[in-house]
Amino acid sequence: MIHKTSPEIGGMGHSIKRKEDLRFVQGKGNYVDDVHLPGMVYGQLVRSPYAHARLKSVNVEAAKKLPGVLAVITGEDLAKANLAWMPTLSYDKQMVLATGKVLFQSQEVAFVVAEDRYTAADAAELVEVEYEELPVLVDPHKALDPGAPLLREDREQKDNHIFHWEVGDRQATDQIFQKAEVKAKVNAFFPRCHPAPLETCGCVADFNRATGKLTIYMTSQAPHAHRTVFALVGGLPEQNIRVISPDIGGGFGNKVPVYPGYVCAIVASLTLGVPVKWIETRSENLQSTGFARDYHMTAEIASDKSGKMQALRVKTLADHGAFNAAAQPTKFPAGLFSICTGSYDFPNAFCEVDGVYTNKAPGGIAYRCSFRVTEAAYLIERVVDVLALELKMDPAELRRKNFIPAAKFPYKAPLGWTYDSGDYEAAMKLALDKIGYPQLRQEQAEKRKKGELMGIGISSFTEIVGAGPAHTFDILGIKMFDSAEIRIHPTGKAICRMGTKSQGQGHETTYAQIVAQELGIPAADVSVEEGDTDTAPYGLGTYASRSTPVSGAATAIAARKIRDKAKKIAAHLLECNENDLEWEPGKFYVKGAPSKAKTIQEIAFAAYTNMPAGMEPGLEAVDYYDPPNLTFPFGTYICVVDIDKGTGEVKVRRFLAVDDCGNIINPMIVEGQIHGGLTEGLAIAFMQQIDYDESGNVQGGSFMDYLLPTAVETPHWETGKTCTPSPHHPFGAKGVGESPNVGSPAAFVNAVVDALAHLGVKHIDMPIAPWKVWKVLQEKGVVS
Amino acid sequence: MARKQSVRVKVNGKERQAEVEPRLLLVHFIREVLELTGTHIGCDTSHCGACTVLLNGKTVKSCTLFAVQADGGEILTVEGLIKDGQLHPLQEGFKEEHGLQCGFCTPGMLLSSYSLLQHNPNPSEQDIRWGISGNLCRCTGYQNIVRAVQFAAGKLAQKPAPEMTTQGAAK
Repeated sequence: MIHKTSPEIGGMGHSIKRKEDLRFVQGKGNYVDDVHLPGMVYGQLVRSPYAHARLKSVNVEAAKKLPGVLAVITGEDLAKANLAWMPTLSYDKQMVLATGKVLFQSQEVAFVVAEDRYTAADAAELVEVEYEELPVLVDPHKALDPGAPLLREDREQKDNHIFHWEVGDRQATDQIFQKAEVKAKVNAFFPRCHPAPLETCGCVADFNRATGKLTIYMTSQAPHAHRTVFALVGGLPEQNIRVISPDIGGGFGNKVPVYPGYVCAIVASLTLGVPVKWIETRSENLQSTGFARDYHMTAEIASDKSGKMQALRVKTLADHGAFNAAAQPTKFPAGLFSICTGSYDFPNAFCEVDGVYTNKAPGGIAYRCSFRVTEAAYLIERVVDVLALELKMDPAELRRKNFIPAAKFPYKAPLGWTYDSGDYEAAMKLALDKIGYPQLRQEQAEKRKKGELMGIGISSFTEIVGAGPAHTFDILGIKMFDSAEIRIHPTGKAICRMGTKSQGQGHETTYAQIVAQELGIPAADVSVEEGDTDTAPYGLGTYASRSTPVSGAATAIAARKIRDKAKKIAAHLLECNENDLEWEPGKFYVKGAPSKAKTIQEIAFAAYTNMPAGMEPGLEAVDYYDPPNLTFPFGTYICVVDIDKGTGEVKVRRFLAVDDCGNIINPMIVEGQIHGGLTEGLAIAFMQQIDYDESGNVQGGSFMDYLLPTAVETPHWETGKTCTPSPHHPFGAKGVGESPNVGSPAAFVNAVVDALAHLGVKHIDMPIAPWKVWKVLQEKGVVS
Repeated sequence: MARKQSVRVKVNGKERQAEVEPRLLLVHFIREVLELTGTHIGCDTSHCGACTVLLNGKTVKSCTLFAVQADGGEILTVEGLIKDGQLHPLQEGFKEEHGLQCGFCTPGMLLSSYSLLQHNPNPSEQDIRWGISGNLCRCTGYQNIVRAVQFAAGKLAQKPAPEMTTQGAAK
């Protein structure tokens, strides 16, 4: 149980208003494109129109002659500095600017620097590139065919295979399938999509020749890790690199990788000695920066006739594009996809993934997702529904029958994870009650008699977030701990700095609430700073729902270190023994004599003015937190849809999300995150795909074709919660930002399939655009 | 480079004048010439609405106009919403109702909502959803933005004379 502080203190559980909002509602945020430095110039990338082509020549003379142009950098120029290639986060490498050939449409070919944006754009048009087209590989299923074009001629391995990864007991699983009474199978494609935060990526690189210091303002979800990458790749002394991640206009995983534009701006600033700004356009953002998903998945469940699940078998083909730039922990080429057993108590499971190259933009980033958890949750929740159809069983009943029982936690899953805590049945019961499930099923039956199409979709997902324990998790060798530093000022106010970086999650408010909870200093008196590598302690950044599980834990532990010292000071001030003191948020008092007390503010002042003899002055602490395990948030989502038989249009009538993310810091912020994640899930389920035609031309490369839902398409979201704290987290929290995006796609698709199931439909791939449903209705003779 | 043109505008009540290239977009004029960076750029196809401002009382996507087209006009940007240190009820509403997360769409949302309330002081939820449908938000799912606009509508209705700014509010 978390002791609830007063509203004035505003610790955990208070929906206090966000501190950051005051500047944002006045237009006083400071995003990267708002950074303006004296003498600053602008960079523009030249990109390839072809998906696969030899570079015959790159002629920059005309561009260089344009008045106002300062430099044009090509791949050959970078090669001289050994910078034409850079490492990706997945032990592959990626071209910064192309040399030899291009491997995807919109690949970076040259970087033009000019005195202003418009001149840079003009000059980019003047760069003449001669290409010789090569055969294009778009279909990942053909990547390993003997006649497939070889994409990565730079590799020693002369095929398009990146990795094979498997986990679980193949033999035992196969044996169960051979004897299984009932089998269910689904081929489900999770389409390539893009996080598309409203602010695109960009930076201002500022190399000061006089001091030798390079300051990079950049859209970075992981500023410290990026500083280290720049030091290792660029050979610059790390103390001379300062990464500043200012206000970030949404990230969702898009701002985790290092992109060629950043590197080019840095090289240009090093070369010219002036600040260089590079801001990508929306089209560049969608066409070249980290995509997500693109998993071609097959899942099978073996069960007995009663619906008791016995084994899960998963086979996946992963399309990684031209370079394996997946952002994920080193030891996990398919991320945490092996969470695919989900909420169910499978005795056996086996999962294998093969990654291949295609002529598409590189990536495989964790889009509002803890490294492929979204793909895994979608797959298991889809195949469970297919099994329900095979068994002619209610999908809620089938889930309940197979949930990992609450008594079995901590639960060791067959693919290796140890789930920390859960009560799946409680979350589902609440969801079914709240939405009125039996009544909805009755309404559906009546509607079917009348020929109307209504569907109910359930998704009872389990997430795995908060990477992670250092013994298992690292990125490029750097362990995935995170950090917090708290300093208490003499007047009892505080400043905290973390290794994470908010992109809209409200860290300035929620971290302050953790300090308020632990020390009783009002959240209003605690300022939070992130994103400046010169001042904040080292950390791996914000993605994979890791801020609260890791940096939040560090914040609590650092605060407790301060409390320990504060206790000694209080004992000194009250002239008593430490052991005679009791704590309540905000003060120490003598046991049995509550009037004999010292507030944390009085103690803070004494830490600088009247400390005990021999005690080090000051009141501050830092903590680098290495979590003992991941956290496993979960929930049950229920979606109700009506389908227009004439147009195939799906209308989401109701959507209820019951989430369990353990103890909550700020309920208002949690609910806001859920609304946002559900809206992104809606977009993925019904609207969005980055597709390619047979020549490798990107479809969905601008907001003309890559649709974001407006307020009109977005339904009213209903929410609910249960609370199963994480037993290993210092204040029992689990993280929540990604749950709605992880759990919702299956609920949407299950609802649509449920509406059509009586017609024999078992699966429809996302995005479920009206034409797809209309086609099904045509085929099934529902409309003529 | 084409001959520069003089552009004179009244922005948030102040007269401003500059010589600009005829092709300069209004949004770049606002952000880089007038140095009012609250107006944002989120796309290159006029879909996102992050650049929404009021020009002569009407919402425009400032990425889709040239600065020269605004010559002689009155512009209201997010920086002009605050009056005498008091947040506009819409700004207050977005803060109170958690109508923003990353804040990038917020200035455009505020201006579209401002325009909506001028024409429809008591909007229904559907009116609000349509009123902000030219503005994309990637974080909030819109629900709390709707509540923020309702908050502002309620607050403005309590006042005898709504303290809407007059510049940029012409018919």
